[in-house]
Amino acid sequence: MNDQRITMAHGDGGEQAHQLIEEVFLKAFGYNGEPLMDAACVKVTDRIAVSTDSFVIKPIFFPGGNIGKIAVAGTVNDIAVSGAVPMYITAGFILEEGFLIRDLVSIVESMAEEAKKAGVRLISGDTKVVERGSADGMFINTTGIGIYQNEIQIHPEAMQEGDSIIISGTIGDHGVTILTARGELGLISDVQSDCASLNHLIREACEGQSGIRIMRDPTRGGLATTLVEICEDFKVTMELDQTALPVRQDVRGACDMLGFDPLYMANEGKVIIITAKESEEYVLKALQSHELGKNAKVIGSITSKDRGQLLLKTPMGTTRRLGRMAGMHLPRIC
Amino acid sequence: MLNLIEEFSNPELSQKLLAQVKNLADQYIQKHGRKPVFMEVCGSHTMALARTGIKQVLRDHVKLISGPGCPVCVTDQLFIDSMIELAQDSNRIICTFGDMIRVPGSNGSLMDAKAEGKDIRVVYSPSDSVKLAEENPDREVVFLGIGFETTIPLLAVALKQAQDKNLTNYSMWVTTKLVEPIVRVLLEEKEVEFDGLLLPGHVSIVLGKDQYSYLTDDYGMPGVICGFYPTEVLIGIYKLIEMLLEDRVGIENQHPRLVTDSGNRNAQNLMNQFLELCDEGWRGMGMIPKSGMDIREEYAHLNAKKKFSIQVPEPRKTKCRCGDIIRGVITPEECPLYAKACTPLHPIGPCMVSGEGTCAAHYQYMREELNG
Repeated sequence: MNDQRITMAHGDGGEQAHQLIEEVFLKAFGYNGEPLMDAACVKVTDRIAVSTDSFVIKPIFFPGGNIGKIAVAGTVNDIAVSGAVPMYITAGFILEEGFLIRDLVSIVESMAEEAKKAGVRLISGDTKVVERGSADGMFINTTGIGIYQNEIQIHPEAMQEGDSIIISGTIGDHGVTILTARGELGLISDVQSDCASLNHLIREACEGQSGIRIMRDPTRGGLATTLVEICEDFKVTMELDQTALPVRQDVRGACDMLGFDPLYMANEGKVIIITAKESEEYVLKALQSHELGKNAKVIGSITSKDRGQLLLKTPMGTTRRLGRMAGMHLPRIC
Repeated sequence: MLNLIEEFSNPELSQKLLAQVKNLADQYIQKHGRKPVFMEVCGSHTMALARTGIKQVLRDHVKLISGPGCPVCVTDQLFIDSMIELAQDSNRIICTFGDMIRVPGSNGSLMDAKAEGKDIRVVYSPSDSVKLAEENPDREVVFLGIGFETTIPLLAVALKQAQDKNLTNYSMWVTTKLVEPIVRVLLEEKEVEFDGLLLPGHVSIVLGKDQYSYLTDDYGMPGVICGFYPTEVLIGIYKLIEMLLEDRVGIENQHPRLVTDSGNRNAQNLMNQFLELCDEGWRGMGMIPKSGMDIREEYAHLNAKKKFSIQVPEPRKTKCRCGDIIRGVITPEECPLYAKACTPLHPIGPCMVSGEGTCAAHYQYMREELNG
């Protein structure tokens, strides 16, 4: 089946659709033979977190991952940064007629692997096929369900002057990877997407800590756009130290050449954690002791509780205001 | 290469240089009773000065005026209107550089036209547009080629490729600008007065240092060629003040690892093989004789202006003062539209769109002061 391509018949609910589900999806996602119902039935207690996200990344395969890995990790991260423990995930696939089944298998296997790593169960899925030209290879939508278990407490309302802003590692890796992987720029680099599920990292860094104010994963729009949103939503002013920002040399080089700013480049495996000053050391060390957080750094602090601005202190000693990403033309990055 | 980037941005070195620039500028102020005034000709310098904070931190010591060297900003609205008109034929693929597709024409931008279903594509290099023509033999590919001497050789390369491959479905709408004619206009009209010029490293790689002798010979104007990283720009400013204090008028090359006296001859030859001097319309300044280059008559088959007869009405006027801003006559803050009706998300003029535009530089990097 691997050498075959997706045809319209794979999406019509008939024999070929059945075969695709059996041989590709159920095989990868660990089906135990229970009757297949129209809906998955799972037991949850207490408050739940639900998050949905669609993935349209181009190219579908890129250094450090593929659309399947990012579809699981991205949704796991959205649940994890809200302080919940991700438990279940659903996936909807829109496949373009002609898509190689071998590639689909490889993507689905990545999803299963990432789900296993993150400790989430894939409980429901759907496949549709559209005519050639109506989709670019494949799109995936995932929805995650997490449970609030009280081990991680976040208190954004408590944000105050002196709180620390921590990033779990280098910024802009994913954005630059995708730009170079598209092959349109004639750039070659070793940089890989940071795409990864962060729920275990977050749990280790934040469990039992009372000083966690807020967590976010800075995906599209990058670190700056995500922080601007926090500043505006909670009316806090933050100041970042430009010299403290962790940026890989090749990422900085590529951005310089192309006129991009790493502050606005997408990440898929980084978390921003804002903590009370007294929790800073614990959280930073916990992050740094984990492979996914080894380059974690304190990059700034909350300086006041009024204007809701994000400021950047330059090496020249000046301060400039950062806005949301505007005026950039980035291709489909997630 | 990557190590050099780090070194040229080195914070400690930049701080030391900054202190020295301030010191030298203060000597100038003591001697002349006013700050030295320099114009950065190039949009990349405008961006670098704003982004790094150098412009702000030197505010009390050196006045830096932004000049006309942003290719998107000086592109006349007429060309955008013409490209949108060309795009109306569904058999045509219109391609250009990223920033250009957001510049508003009289009735929307190329991006708006794209959203309406017109085939408009962004390419990173002019050669990509030639490839596009090869891949789409049944369709006409038109490239909107803008730029200064940094980009013109790349346009020439694309024209050569199209010529060598005998492509009949490829043409270019060229609207390029040259540095010397516009700098001469600024120096002769004297709407803005300045004491020296910060000259762009990349343009100079093509042109060479000697090309700037008109500055010293005809106008007694000193200049320093420098790169775009903080330490490079600071050295440029330092050398300019040093010359003023020593009453010297010269062109100094602070980019010697890349800029030679005579420039890149191959690039110059290629430019001159395919393009020739032409009168060029500048946004906000009108027609300036022999201030641009267009495709030579013998390659007229590659010239989109000749290949297609496109008539567009006179562009609609707006209150945008880009023309005054690129001549250094006013600052973005003095334009009534700036940061109000005109923002990067809803740009009215090209200076707010371009990655090298003065208004975009001010909006992105210098607004904190505005908000107090």
